[in-house]
Amino acid sequence: MPAFRAEGFGFLVSSSWNPVTERFGALVSVYGTVVTSILALIVAVPLAFGIAYFLTELAPAWLRRPIGTAVELLAAVPSIIYGMWGFFALAPWLSRTVEPALSHSLGRVPMLGQVFAAAPGNASIFTAAIVLAVMIIPFIAATMRDVFLTVPAMHKESAFGLGCTTWEVMRSIVLPYTGTAVVGGIMLGLGRALGETMAVTFVIGNTNRISASVFAPGNTIASLVALEFPEADQGSLHLSALLALGFILFVISFVVLAISRLLLRPRVRV
Amino acid sequence: MANAAGVAAVAAPVPVSPSVRAGLARRRKLVNRIAGVLALAATGVALAALAWILVSLFLLGLPGLKPMVLWTITKAPGSNGGLANAIVGSVVQTALGTAMGAPVGLLVGTYLAEYAGRSALGNAVRFVSDILLSAPSILIGLFIYSVLVAPFGGFSGFAGAAALAVIVIPIVVRTTEDMLRLVPVSLREASIALGAPRWRTIVYICYRAVLDGIMTGILLAVARVAGETAPLLFTSLGNSDFSGLGSAMSSLPITIYQYAASAFDDWVQLAWTGALLITLGVLTINILARLLVRRR
Repeated sequence: MPAFRAEGFGFLVSSSWNPVTERFGALVSVYGTVVTSILALIVAVPLAFGIAYFLTELAPAWLRRPIGTAVELLAAVPSIIYGMWGFFALAPWLSRTVEPALSHSLGRVPMLGQVFAAAPGNASIFTAAIVLAVMIIPFIAATMRDVFLTVPAMHKESAFGLGCTTWEVMRSIVLPYTGTAVVGGIMLGLGRALGETMAVTFVIGNTNRISASVFAPGNTIASLVALEFPEADQGSLHLSALLALGFILFVISFVVLAISRLLLRPRVRV
Repeated sequence: MANAAGVAAVAAPVPVSPSVRAGLARRRKLVNRIAGVLALAATGVALAALAWILVSLFLLGLPGLKPMVLWTITKAPGSNGGLANAIVGSVVQTALGTAMGAPVGLLVGTYLAEYAGRSALGNAVRFVSDILLSAPSILIGLFIYSVLVAPFGGFSGFAGAAALAVIVIPIVVRTTEDMLRLVPVSLREASIALGAPRWRTIVYICYRAVLDGIMTGILLAVARVAGETAPLLFTSLGNSDFSGLGSAMSSLPITIYQYAASAFDDWVQLAWTGALLITLGVLTINILARLLVRRR
């Protein structure tokens, strides 16, 4: 890895990325990767939990299979399609409606205002996070559903017998019983979001800059590698830096996925 | 578990005045109702996203779906190009990737279900396969690049197929192992009692009993790799004509990626048409696979 040799430890903390002067640092893309994935989780986890709750406790039996299949089909849509949809349909809609609304309300709050400051253009970290959220919802929802189904009927029936409502059974019986596995399912979604490439490349704007606002463009490890790889000459420091980025992504996602497996292992195989 | 507010309030022996109890019951019912409505809304959001994606694919992709698109190769903007070489490239690489990956996955899955049991080696293989199953596909592309593209000095359709094979393997491993575990022990014992050696039991009894399940796993793997873009970017790269496996080879997802981001209207139109084709293909295979395994 000549890139690590040339930049030393600085590769991890430097925010410059300049193929012309051959100065490379991973900070901006690591930041973008982590921020988009965390934002995506914040959006996706409540929705996925709602879906799993609906599918296991509320939906009538005849509705469970079709809705479950539809949610699973959402997971089957290729990521390039999410990219096109995000770029041509979702991003313009977000920047017309959701983003102005957020920056006009939350953007006025001191401190927090920086995060929601308006920025021009459709491509942004926020858009990427929303696309990622839609992509990982089916994975998290399916895992949560399978995990919830492992709760023994006896436990739930006892609680219902005490007069608990459906929601109280979910909160006080199902969630405590499945706690670690639910976290494992969320980590699985995080692992997916971290390495997602094509969809993010379309909508994130590909700018090597850290901005306070989530409506500004940025980049992620995967989008940077996909975008610049064709331009990098074989044997160049540029190519080596891209491969080094890939290695960092490998380490991050391996750790996340390994933790997810360990948490899920006792309960289900997903 | 019993210390949660709702349960404790019901079970507590503390005397509560009837009016307070009625208010509490109303509140608990209200919370329950709100949770239900929110869950329904969350499901609605996911279904709406799926519908939105499909509708925009049909609205923007269908107008460009002419027979010519299927018979013409990709050309320069403005000269009525098609997608023929991309479609053929995708089919060839997906088929070859599955042909290489599925047998390996089948054998590993058989090993895990029939021979490994709870041994350390079995658990290690299972762990690696599980990680590979959800590993970012861009990393698989980079890996194949560094072992098959860089040392041999060029992008090739074969390297693309190899990258897809690496994605196929863990999917097939998982479904094969899960399916073989469903075969009843009595069935195996009957076979062994007739004097069949272990390999005969596996091939003629176990595989036949769960053939549809194993086929489903392979179909799901095909559906998954048919739409993969990131790994092909580093391996088969894409070009604009029919080509063999030894050189760079075009594929539908790569062509969509290049065309969608271009500034030419006819290329963007072709990208949408390609996107519609690939999504219909992938979703059809998925639904077929589900119907196949429905009986279980």
